[in-house]
Amino acid sequence: MSESAVSLKTPAELARVPLVTNKRSFAWISDNVSTICEERSRLWWWALFIPLSIIAMIGLFCIGYQISNGVGVWGENHPNGWAWDITNFVFWIGIGHAGTLISAILFLTRQKWRTSINRAAEAMTLFAVVCAGIFPGIHVGRVWMAWFLAPIPNANGIWPNFRSPLLWDVFAVSTYFTVSVLFWYTGLVPDLATLRDRAKSRVARYIYGIFALGWRGSNRHWRHYEMAYLLLAGLSTPLVLSVHSVVSFDFATSILPGWHTTIFPPYFVAGAIFGGFAMVLTILLPARLIYPQLDDLITRQHVDKMAKIILLTGSIVGYAYMMELFIAWYSGNQYEKFTFFSARLGLHNSGWYSWAYFCMMTCNVLSPQVFWSKKMRGNYIVVFIICQFVNAGMWFERFVIIVTSLAQDFLPSSWGHYTPSWVEIWTFIGTFGIFLSLFLLFMKFLPMVAMSEVKIVLPEADPHFHPESPDSHAKEGAH
Amino acid sequence: MGDERKIYGLGAEFSSPADLLVAAEKVRDAGFKKWDVHSPFPIHGMDAAMGLGKSWLSAPVFAGGSSGFITAICLTFIPSAFLYPMIVHGKPTGLMTVPAFFPIMFELTILFSAFTAVFSIMIFNQLPKWYHPVFNWERFKSVTTDGFFLVIEAADPKFSEIRTRELLESIGGQRITLIHD
Repeated sequence: MSESAVSLKTPAELARVPLVTNKRSFAWISDNVSTICEERSRLWWWALFIPLSIIAMIGLFCIGYQISNGVGVWGENHPNGWAWDITNFVFWIGIGHAGTLISAILFLTRQKWRTSINRAAEAMTLFAVVCAGIFPGIHVGRVWMAWFLAPIPNANGIWPNFRSPLLWDVFAVSTYFTVSVLFWYTGLVPDLATLRDRAKSRVARYIYGIFALGWRGSNRHWRHYEMAYLLLAGLSTPLVLSVHSVVSFDFATSILPGWHTTIFPPYFVAGAIFGGFAMVLTILLPARLIYPQLDDLITRQHVDKMAKIILLTGSIVGYAYMMELFIAWYSGNQYEKFTFFSARLGLHNSGWYSWAYFCMMTCNVLSPQVFWSKKMRGNYIVVFIICQFVNAGMWFERFVIIVTSLAQDFLPSSWGHYTPSWVEIWTFIGTFGIFLSLFLLFMKFLPMVAMSEVKIVLPEADPHFHPESPDSHAKEGAH
Repeated sequence: MGDERKIYGLGAEFSSPADLLVAAEKVRDAGFKKWDVHSPFPIHGMDAAMGLGKSWLSAPVFAGGSSGFITAICLTFIPSAFLYPMIVHGKPTGLMTVPAFFPIMFELTILFSAFTAVFSIMIFNQLPKWYHPVFNWERFKSVTTDGFFLVIEAADPKFSEIRTRELLESIGGQRITLIHD
């Protein structure tokens, strides 16, 4: 075309919104992310860390109390053999899903905006899985027998049952945690080298240096590194979809009404991503407030996109709820109908826990619909509040699934109420202390934004970058 | 002490990824073999500019994944079919029970592959290696921030302190420095 020189210029209104705003340079990214770890701990950090670690200690005390006294200190009793313990386990495991989704699935789908949030989200994944792992570990009662879960013959020479979803769960969760750690650490190595090269104190230089493995940014290394990253992303993608599917098998393979459904794996995975993104925003929105420099890295665009994912997955979850109700009616099975319409929806005033069902519906299905509005997605206060609704709603979802099905099952003679004891309540609150204080330590000692990855999405990183072209931004105004 | 030490190579600094890419193409065309570029992030197209092919890391990872798969087959079938056959939920114990073992086969395949991927890059890249001559170059510190470097090793048969320096100058290298071991 003869006018190609003119037509190649993108009109301003069609130009892409830059992923890193205000035309920041490579050095700006390193400086402003590294200072978070390098500066003296601010007052707010201690003001958060001290109470949170005390809460974590209370949680650990409750775990110790439960181990030394037995599961009887919990409110769980026949017929509610599972209650808050497994609710909390599934809740925390679900939260972990956003990190791997961001780092693996969004990598394979070339969503470049992932680079500024993936590190924090992956860290959040690891800490959430740590909290999740506590509950199945202690709810077995005799914790010292937990090694019976390992794929070795136990003290009586009996092998574990490899056909049991509970054993699949052991494999799924431990593989998920291990692979997430490997993926996270691989991504961290170049950034640890940045901290090593910037470190003022000898001790910091040695410690970061040891973990940076002597990384020197060599292209002969980057070649294998990028392939490893791609392979790990490819491996983590089916993994993240499988973990919550396997968790859902714990329920779906049983014969209890409300659990015995084939919709569970996709429904659990969508719910996990939904709850995970809500937790990512719950953590990153205050972090942006505390560190204003993160505004240029975690931009309005990022919050907007995460809000859209919450809307999408929340609607999938809503669809799953509707489908469960439809199938309960369509099956014609009286027990299914009772569980969904009486125990959960509360028709005929027979649902003990239908208030929890309505909490779940309101928080998970109705509240994210606010995100259809672009204005609401851009209002951080609204986004933060909706995320809290989602966090609460996803906890209620697991509570509804577990407790409504167990408390009121086939025969009214075997029904039983469930109320949590103080030990259960404080163990759950304690896991929030563990989760958040681990995250604060992560912010303090490790770069919370993947610097080397964010640098790639800057226009200057492209070897075909021309400073004079209208779309790209030059380095000036960088500092 | 300075001049007594063995020369490792000549290093040059470049101002942008684009300049480094062009320089790498020229060094490749000049026929050097033992040289490397260093950058804060992987540069798109640099492998081709350096004349490097695709990383064959996927080969060990495939082998690792396969070993995980085979491990899972042995781990599930040997106890369930031979060592301790136990009928649970009325399910068969032999080969017909294979769908119940898919989750474990899947998980171990992923687990072994991920470990192989991480250990393979360490072996391929000879990491950890906490000492390297390039770290003796004071300016090299910026490689993890915004520095773009090209280093030609003295071990390369084409290396000559004077002519290699001229080459680096002609391709736009700045602050050309002799790096000692």
